[in-house]
Amino acid sequence: MDSVIWSRILTAETLAFHIIWATIGVGVPIFISIAEGWGIFKKDPHYILMARRWTRGFVITVAVGVVTGTCIGLMLSLLWPRFMQLVGNVISLPLFLETFAFFFEAIFLGIYLYTWDRFKHPIFHWLTSIPIIIGSTLSAVFITTVNSFMNTPAGFKIDAAGKVTDIDPIAAMLNPATPSKVAHVVSSAYLTCGFLLAGIAAFYLLRGRTHIYYKKALRLTMIAGFVLALATFAAGDLSGKFLAKYQPAKLAAAEWHFETRSEAPLLFGGTLDEETLEVKNAIEIPYALSILAGGSPDEKVIGLNEIPRDEWPPLYVHYLFDGMVAIGFYLMFISGLFLFLWIRGKGNEWSPWVLRGIFLGAPLSFIAIELGWIYAEVGRQPWIINGLMRVEHAATTAGHVGTITLLFSLLYAALAIVAVSVLIRLFRKHSPEDELQERFSA
Amino acid sequence: MLLEVIGITVLWVFLYGYLIVASIDFGAGFFSCYSMLTRKDHIINKIIDRYLSPVWEVTNVFLIFFIVGLVGFFPDTAYYYGTALLIPGGIALILLTIRGSFYAFANYGARKSRLYMFLYGMTGLFIPASLSTVLTISEGGFIEKAGEKVIFHAERLFTSPYSWSVVFLAIVSILYISASFLTFYAQKAGDQPAMEQLRKYSLFWSGPAILASLLVFWGLSKHNPQHFEAALSIGWMFGASFLCFCVAVYLMWKKESLGLSFVFVMFQFAYAFFGYGISHMPYLLYPYITIQSGLTHSTMGWALVIAFIAGLLLLIPSLALLLWLFLFNAKYVRGEK
Repeated sequence: MDSVIWSRILTAETLAFHIIWATIGVGVPIFISIAEGWGIFKKDPHYILMARRWTRGFVITVAVGVVTGTCIGLMLSLLWPRFMQLVGNVISLPLFLETFAFFFEAIFLGIYLYTWDRFKHPIFHWLTSIPIIIGSTLSAVFITTVNSFMNTPAGFKIDAAGKVTDIDPIAAMLNPATPSKVAHVVSSAYLTCGFLLAGIAAFYLLRGRTHIYYKKALRLTMIAGFVLALATFAAGDLSGKFLAKYQPAKLAAAEWHFETRSEAPLLFGGTLDEETLEVKNAIEIPYALSILAGGSPDEKVIGLNEIPRDEWPPLYVHYLFDGMVAIGFYLMFISGLFLFLWIRGKGNEWSPWVLRGIFLGAPLSFIAIELGWIYAEVGRQPWIINGLMRVEHAATTAGHVGTITLLFSLLYAALAIVAVSVLIRLFRKHSPEDELQERFSA
Repeated sequence: MLLEVIGITVLWVFLYGYLIVASIDFGAGFFSCYSMLTRKDHIINKIIDRYLSPVWEVTNVFLIFFIVGLVGFFPDTAYYYGTALLIPGGIALILLTIRGSFYAFANYGARKSRLYMFLYGMTGLFIPASLSTVLTISEGGFIEKAGEKVIFHAERLFTSPYSWSVVFLAIVSILYISASFLTFYAQKAGDQPAMEQLRKYSLFWSGPAILASLLVFWGLSKHNPQHFEAALSIGWMFGASFLCFCVAVYLMWKKESLGLSFVFVMFQFAYAFFGYGISHMPYLLYPYITIQSGLTHSTMGWALVIAFIAGLLLLIPSLALLLWLFLFNAKYVRGEK
């Protein structure tokens, strides 16, 4: 295999591993801050403890996120030097700003972690959580604008000699893909973390722990989870409309939509004959694609047949898209169900089936993140910068990429094993019931 | 003319910042590991842990900042260095990853794992060695452009006496800077045994540190005479550096004002590092990239400068708060809070 393939494998592997931790890094601080703030406001030690325990786990995940983020940051230059040479001229501003946001977050994370109980009034400690949220969310925003630029390049011109000119850094950042991508990335990261924390609480409730601590945790995360599921749904809808307008090939590939037409149906599942382009066994939802693409059944949706065959993304992205959307609806359903049963007030929300459903939401939401990103990235193939630079023209010409890939694979495997076992040991040794006893009864 | 000077100055200042904070970190890793092997870990580990835990992520950001800034201001560097440095860069990354994760796991048992302590100590020496090769490569002679291809001559790097003298300098400087700082920190904490131990390390490494810098000069005169000439023409900076070194060692020897002693260590390295940087100009990679030829478009350059100023307005007070809480807070340093 050549450098291009190996570079793609290593980049994909690093990103796939990084986004698990990065998502936690973006989403969990907001829950920590809510829990601590609510606990201070209500003078409820349960929520304070919740914030503390979440923080303890968060430190471990954030460290893995930082080191893998460093890896992908440098790999961009090591594996895709030509891409960085070109992009460095147009979009180094958000990359630069991202490190500032990261810097800001790193400083205040250090402060937050080591100043519990140090201030006279707990509110000062809580205040240091705000810059963490700002920093982590802004770094997600800035880096997403870079990815958006790769989908819809803007803010520059190419002159006759093939050089970039007329650069407008702000226009490059605020390219057409930015609003929908940022909304979707941020909302889905928050949503995923809500379900991660809810899943942990549900797990302990299922194991027979009945302490009110777990119930409070579950209520808090499920309220947030439902709101965020709605927000993610809205952001996803926005993304559909964006794709229809700016990247019709990506949307059409996701939906196996070949003929340009209005009143286009949405396909779910099914199989495709790649020769004849015939779809079988798919569930068809009439008009849904037109509504997704333009908000009305009359919307004309561009089909793949209008796009040159060598610029088609791989057609398996259909399944990734289906998986992501299905999980999104599932998360909305299960959190909505929990809230509905809770409001009815008969105590049904603690039924093992609901708890199992919530617990399942945690791994599913991470799977949805992975599926969504793979869809977004593979759906742009064969371009690294849509319509401008093909992947094979950007990769390094250096040899030994295969060896490096192997080394990094071993590294990620080791990191995953160590991080997970440290996390498990950390929480198994010290239950919240014991901790409440120690801290507040003495 | 102005923009590229601002750009390279900003980057060089950040690299200097990294040099200081990372040296403290890397050296501490080595001393931790060494003291574990000689069963003195109970003396100094508490001091090391207390200072480093809250700041390790910040240390990491200095490096990322430099790299992102370099590629941002001078995108051509991504093309040349990126292509050439795949293997050494990849290895440095792996080492950085192992080390970075150590801090997260440290509080939860990794400190007791001998394997992890060993990795922590060793990466403290190997990372600076691998990072310093980039400076060596920037002197030219190791990267060649053949048509569209960039070729990296690793074997030349491994057999060059200049390259080994730089590696040697990097390692001993780290141990020297780190020991000087930690001595000061231990004294603030009122931890007499740790202070004594670390003071010994500091005095021990001061000799090799100055010897290594002479060696690097000699190597440079052979490897890149043009750069050597330029360095001689601002020889006063290196003289000033040596003077600061003498003052720092004197204070350390007398056990007086260890804080001031560390300030002189910082000046010593500042003079040497900026002297090296100034005489390196205008080349970013001899003879392919100069700061003029590698510069990004001026609109982007100015946007970066504005972003940088805005960022500093946010960072400086935050960093001051961090230092105030963890470095100049007597109670925290003594371990009471």
